[in-house]
This record gives sequence, structure tokens and C-alpha cells, in this order.
Amino acid sequence: MAESTAARALLRVHNVGVRFGGIVALDDVSFDVAPNCIVGLIGPNGAGKTTLFNCLSRLYQCDCGDIVFGERSLLRVPRHRIAALGIGRTFQNLALFGTMTVLDNVMIGHHSRMRSGFLSNALRLPSVGRDESAATGKAEALIEFLGLKAVAGRRVSDLPIGTQKRVELARALASDPTLLLLDEPASGLNHEEVGILGAVIREIRDRLGVTILLVEHHMNLVMSISDLVVALDFGRKIAQGTPDEVRAHPEVVQAYLGSAC
Amino acid sequence: MTRRASIGVAVLLVIACLLLPFVVSNYRTFQFTLVLVYAIALLGLNILTGYNGQISLGHGAFYAIGAYTAAVLMDRLGAPYWATVPAAGAVCLVAGFLFGLPALRLEGLYLALATFALGVSMPQLLKYHHLEKWTGGVQGIVIAKPEPPAFLHEAGLRMNSDQWLYFFALTVAAVMFVLGWNLLRGRVGRALIAIRDQHIAAEAMGINSALYKSLAFGVSAMYTGVAGALGAIAVQYVAPDSFTIFLSLVFLVGIVVGGLASISGALYGALFIQFVPNVADEISKAAPWAIFGLFLIGFVYLMPTGVAGAVRMLLVRFTRKGAK
Ligand SMILES: Nc1ncnc2c1ncn2[C@@H]1O[C@H](COP(=O)(O)OP(=O)(O)OP(=O)(O)O)[C@@H](O)[C@H]1O
Ligand SMILES: [Mg+2]
Repeated sequence: MAESTAARALLRVHNVGVRFGGIVALDDVSFDVAPNCIVGLIGPNGAGKTTLFNCLSRLYQCDCGDIVFGERSLLRVPRHRIAALGIGRTFQNLALFGTMTVLDNVMIGHHSRMRSGFLSNALRLPSVGRDESAATGKAEALIEFLGLKAVAGRRVSDLPIGTQKRVELARALASDPTLLLLDEPASGLNHEEVGILGAVIREIRDRLGVTILLVEHHMNLVMSISDLVVALDFGRKIAQGTPDEVRAHPEVVQAYLGSAC
Repeated sequence: MTRRASIGVAVLLVIACLLLPFVVSNYRTFQFTLVLVYAIALLGLNILTGYNGQISLGHGAFYAIGAYTAAVLMDRLGAPYWATVPAAGAVCLVAGFLFGLPALRLEGLYLALATFALGVSMPQLLKYHHLEKWTGGVQGIVIAKPEPPAFLHEAGLRMNSDQWLYFFALTVAAVMFVLGWNLLRGRVGRALIAIRDQHIAAEAMGINSALYKSLAFGVSAMYTGVAGALGAIAVQYVAPDSFTIFLSLVFLVGIVVGGLASISGALYGALFIQFVPNVADEISKAAPWAIFGLFLIGFVYLMPTGVAGAVRMLLVRFTRKGAK
């Protein structure tokens, strides 16, 4: 049984460890993500959630363990190849291209799916024109999907945080990911916006067939949309299971009580 | 502005550019030729610094390499002047790319220092005595003035060599600006800005930042090298001391005053660095650079986003009023 789930996993995180000097940010963390699932990743501040994301997108180097996406290990892939492999992400502290418009930001998300280089761009070969209009079409569709049409031509740094978060989501989707990493997409959103976000995430999975790994402190959101929840504390995995199992897990209760006082 | 109005303005500008050498003196024509030369150099520096965020305090070095490539090819190898322009571009493309590779490890002010080192050492490298056979050492190289081609004469178009040089520079500038505009308005241009704005996210979006940064260096140096070759042909002379670090700093002044990350800004900046020193000189023979400094502070104070930014803002205001 364990064998068959492992074979079907889209992402396998295998005994991953990361240290920063004396701090153990991740300690022997393992879990699998099956295709077409929404997996919630929870844990108190400093638990290592963002560190794990950064390992997945190759911004950080793992000290030990392995990360396998599809059939291949990510540990030797340069970070600019991750998007082309099908892993998209958003950032906890927004990392948009501040001087550019919403449309251009989303179009950059499509960069890894485009081919043209310096010479063909300078000469504006017909293929470049086709590539550009396909990218524009794609970006406009995503802008529509995330309700950003009214601000498409605005400079992104002039927009409120909630809107910027949606731009990041659109940008991540523009790379046609198979796996989408969302780092606290609900932070800074009001109650109503969180509700909408939950529906949007579900729709991304159901309609676009994207597998989602969701880091979130907003418990209602994680527990209501995740198929599987993984809990970290001080870099260790302390629990894994359905939302109900994890919510009731004594170590999880302990970790959250501990961090509350 | 409506589409028709902007097309109208563009057509008027083109006509003005074409008529210019027939209505002003030969000396003014020569000055405008230099404006075109500087505009190409500034567009090159703007691609690197304005769009890609890599500061260069040494672009005068690439201008010098371009100028010497043209001079050596013409003087020692007898190449036709027009052929030296693409050759200088190619040499500087390679030189810039190679310089850009180690520069990948440097950011911000550290990169500024490395490029400063390049710019400050170039005049002395050009004087290097083992190269004297080619470079002419301290004396430099004198270049023959290109004459207007015979076919123009046969077609009944009479012009002197200053006018012809102007049109030659205008053609090269037009080609370089169209190529630059194409380069910057698509996938590559977006990637260059993305690296400047947020390099981590840029890489996460699949942009090969190391490759783009070194190619940006190469392309930038290529533009500046083309400008250097044209400049050498226009002034008919190259010597090491025409390419001091001051030239590099003036280029940087040009892109900031003209407008960072703006294509038209290169042209405004070129007008500034060509004509403001002259105006300053007319105002005070004793302290022209102090007057230049005042102009500079005035421009930066009144137009904090460069001339291009100010023009854009005026156009927006003008359109809004038009719409009401
Ligand atoms: N680049 C870094 N250098 C040094 N220490 C780091 C670095 N990145 C993360 N850490 C440390 O690793 C630990 C895990 O941090 P991480 O950001 O992964 O936590 P997190 O679970 O995302 O927390 P939060 O919920 O607050 O975002 C923390 O102790 C943090 O200080
Ligand atoms: Mg985090």
C-alpha cells in the first residue's frame, strides 16, 4: 500500500534537513504529495515552512535528504529551471516586480513557457510576435479569472496588499504549474477575501488540475480545503493526516498552545 | 494623445530630422551628429543600468574600444568607414559579455567600483607601448573624413561631408533604436526589468539571471561601441585622452538626466550632454563646469524622473485636458 502511494506521488520530500549555523530549520522532514490534492502545511512561526518552500524552489540548498518531483531529484536543478519543470510559487512577503504593470507581472510568470531570445526579440521575428500575443492572451485570461481586470494597466506597487497577493497568484499560475506552492496567501486579507480565496484555490485545483501545497496560519482556511495536512514544529514533522486528525493531534495542540503563550 | 496626433508628431519629427542639416550651419550639423552618437551610447548604458539595474561607471571604456576598433581598421587595414561600425559593435559585444561574467558576482556599488576600474585604466591601456604600432600611442590616430557616396551625387543630391555624416549617423541611430525598442518591449525587456526589480522572484519565474545579466552587459557594450566607432569617424581622430573616466561619468549623467529605463530618455540625455556644456561655456568662460553643475541640479530637481518622465507626465496631463 505504502509502495503504491509512493509511486503515484507527484512530490516526495525525503528526510530533508536544513541548518543555518546553529539553527536547525528543517530536521529530517518527509512527506508525499499526491497529484490533484491540496496539502496544507502548518506550524507555528519559525517552524520551517518557508524554508521548505525555498528548498523546493532551490533558493536554499538542503543539507541532507532528497526532493523528488515527478521522476527527478530537484537537488541538482538550477533554480531558474524549476518553473519550467512545473513548480510555481508565491512569496510570503510579496516579491512582485514593483515598477511594472499588473499585466507585465503576470506575463513574466509565463517567461518559462516562452522561447524567444535576444536576437529574435531585437529583430522582432514573426515567431516573437506570435509568442507575445499568446502570452498576452494567457495573462489576460488569468487577470480576468482573478478579478484584476480593472487594474491590469496599473503599476503593481501602487495597489493594496490584497490585490498584490492576487497578482502574485496570477503570476504563479501563468507558468502553467503542475504544483503550486502558496506561502500564506491569506495573510493580510479580510474575512470576506479569505472566503473568496478558499474558493479560488479549490477552483485552481478542480478546473486547472493543479496540485497545491499551502502554507497558512489561517486554520479555518487550511482545515476547510486541505485533503491532507502536515504539521511542523521547530523543523520537525510532528503530525500528518486528515484535517480532523491533525487538529486533534496532541503534539499539534501542544505546539500551538506553546506558541500562544 | 490620440493615435493620429502621435503619428502626426512622429512624422513632423522625422521631417525635422531630415531637413536639419540643410537649415543649420555645418558646425551645428556636426554637433547634431554627435548628439546621435551619444544617444546610441546612452541607450546602451540605459539597457544595462536603467533597465537591468547594473551600475556602470566605466562605459567610456567600451566607447573607446569601439572608437579604436574603427580607427585601427580604417587606418591600418584600410577598411571602409561604414564597415567599421558593425565591427566595433561585435568587438564590444564580446568584450562586454566577457567583462559581465566576473561582474555577475558583484552587486550595486561593488559593480560600480569594478566598472570604474575599467574606465579609469582604459586611457593608459591605450597608451601601452607594445600596442603603439596599432594604436599610435599618445598621438592617437587621425582618420580621413568620409565623403558622401558617389551614387548620391549621380542622383542629383548635393551634400557636403558634414551633412553626409549626419545622415549616416542618423541611419545607424535609427537602426539601433528600432532594435533596442524591439528588444525591450518583449520577453527579454520584461526579464531585464524583473531582474532589476526583484532578482529572486525573477529566477523563480524561470529567468536565467546570470545569462541575462551578462548578455545585457554585452549588448550594452555593443551599443556604446557602435557609438564610439561613429564618434571616431565624426571627429576624425582618436587619442587616449579623449576617453578619460570623465566620459564615463558624463554618460551616467546623460541617462539620469534623460530618464532611466526610457528609450527616448537616451535622446534627451544626449542633447543635454552635447549642448549644456556649450551653453555653460557661453555663460561663463571662467567657471563653465560650475554653471553646468547648476544646470544639472536644476534638471534633477525639476524633473526627478528625467526629461523623459517629465514629458510623459505632460502628455498625460495634455490628454486628460483634451478628453474633457
Ligand atoms: N536565510 C536564513 N538565514 C538564517 N536563518 C534562517 C534563514 N531562513 C530561515 N531561517 C531560520 O529558520 C527557521 C525557520 O524559518 P522559516 O522562515 O522557514 O519559518 P516559517 O515556518 O516560515 O515561519 P513563519 O510562519 O513565521 O513564516 C527560523 O528560525 C528562521 O529564523
Ligand atoms: Mg514563513
